[in-house]
Amino acid sequence: MYQFAYHRPDTARKAVNTAAKAEDSKFLAGGMTLLPTMKQRLAAPTGLIDLSRCDDMRGIELKGRNVVIGAMTRHFDVAESDIVKEKIPALADLAGMIGDPAVRHRGTIGGSVANNDPAADYPSAVLALGATVITNKRKIPADEFFKGLFETALEEGELITKISFPIPSKAAYEKFRNPASRYAIVGVFVAKKGKEARVTVTGAGSGGVFRASKLEAALTAKFHPKGLDGLTFPAEGLNTDIHADAEYRAHLIMVMTRRAVQKALAK
Amino acid sequence: MPKVSMTVNGKPVSADVDPRTLLVQFLRETLRLTGTHVGCDTSQCGCCVVHVNGVAMKSCTLLALTADGADVVTIEGLATDGKLHPMQEAFRENHGLQCGFCTPGMIMSAVDIVRRKGSELDEKTIRHELEGNICRCTGYHNIVKAIAAGAAAMAPAAE
Repeated sequence: MYQFAYHRPDTARKAVNTAAKAEDSKFLAGGMTLLPTMKQRLAAPTGLIDLSRCDDMRGIELKGRNVVIGAMTRHFDVAESDIVKEKIPALADLAGMIGDPAVRHRGTIGGSVANNDPAADYPSAVLALGATVITNKRKIPADEFFKGLFETALEEGELITKISFPIPSKAAYEKFRNPASRYAIVGVFVAKKGKEARVTVTGAGSGGVFRASKLEAALTAKFHPKGLDGLTFPAEGLNTDIHADAEYRAHLIMVMTRRAVQKALAK
Repeated sequence: MPKVSMTVNGKPVSADVDPRTLLVQFLRETLRLTGTHVGCDTSQCGCCVVHVNGVAMKSCTLLALTADGADVVTIEGLATDGKLHPMQEAFRENHGLQCGFCTPGMIMSAVDIVRRKGSELDEKTIRHELEGNICRCTGYHNIVKAIAAGAAAMAPAAE
């Protein structure tokens, strides 16, 4: 790691004020990605603003037809939350599949979404559920938030404080994981709200999480694994790496989508 | 350099640290508690698992400064009055190790599993919960057996 100045504010407002003064600094949420990235010297912020004491950024509440989750809420707490398990079980399920127990005790939803790792789990749920990312400045619809590999609509010094998830009528997440890192080689989140079905894919796209519009159309017409009969997914634009090539990932997208639809219908 | 203070294995400790200091470095290099190991250094292998405020975390991916004020327990803090913790004893009894490098992390994770899941653990639960701890010597059979036995020995009635 390169040297950095360390800041530890205790509210979101103080964190944002610190960021405004400390140029080239980064917010440190759970650190499950940022710290390894800094160790490899792929990131070299001159300051770290540790959010772990910002208690105002933690918590899960039901607000009308939305589940609102504070950005510093740990994966473990989302997975175990009675509100999330009752209203959006697919989201609790997803949180319980991230990394391993020790990682879930530390990693946060805000950190995962702000980082937008192309193999992270949460972005698929944010996009499939049509969530709203709430920052210190504004509310960003999921469709406008994810901009490509590790890129988001967040501006310099802008901080995610909460994420608001509309409650779907049916949803499920399925992932084919890397056995060592537990990152998604392919993860598919399906959600049905009213008549509209949404299908998002993480881990596979060379530009990060994306909506599979053909699969969405098929499932909007018929929300059943049979609705996908005869469909294939094109390998163009998918990742090839040591874990899986693009064609294999394309195949996995169809398998995971079918499984996810089945799981959503079983609930 | 900023000062960090915390409680480690029941003792208050403090030191001036470079902000880059990871909790595991603070434990091993500053406090000389070398029972906590560094395997992969990328939060995958679990050799560095310690308890921070009672919860299992990977100390290679946590800044010492973030743990300021925390109550930290390492493998050295489990035994009491020269008597092994029931989970340590179970690893010994069941030969739940070969080279032993992953063992401290395995045991700290195992104690955390019991905290969350209770003392009656089936094989499937143990194997699933161990997904963040990697042993490179051999299979996990004896580790799984040791955790089931250690969990049972930790049940309040058995104490």
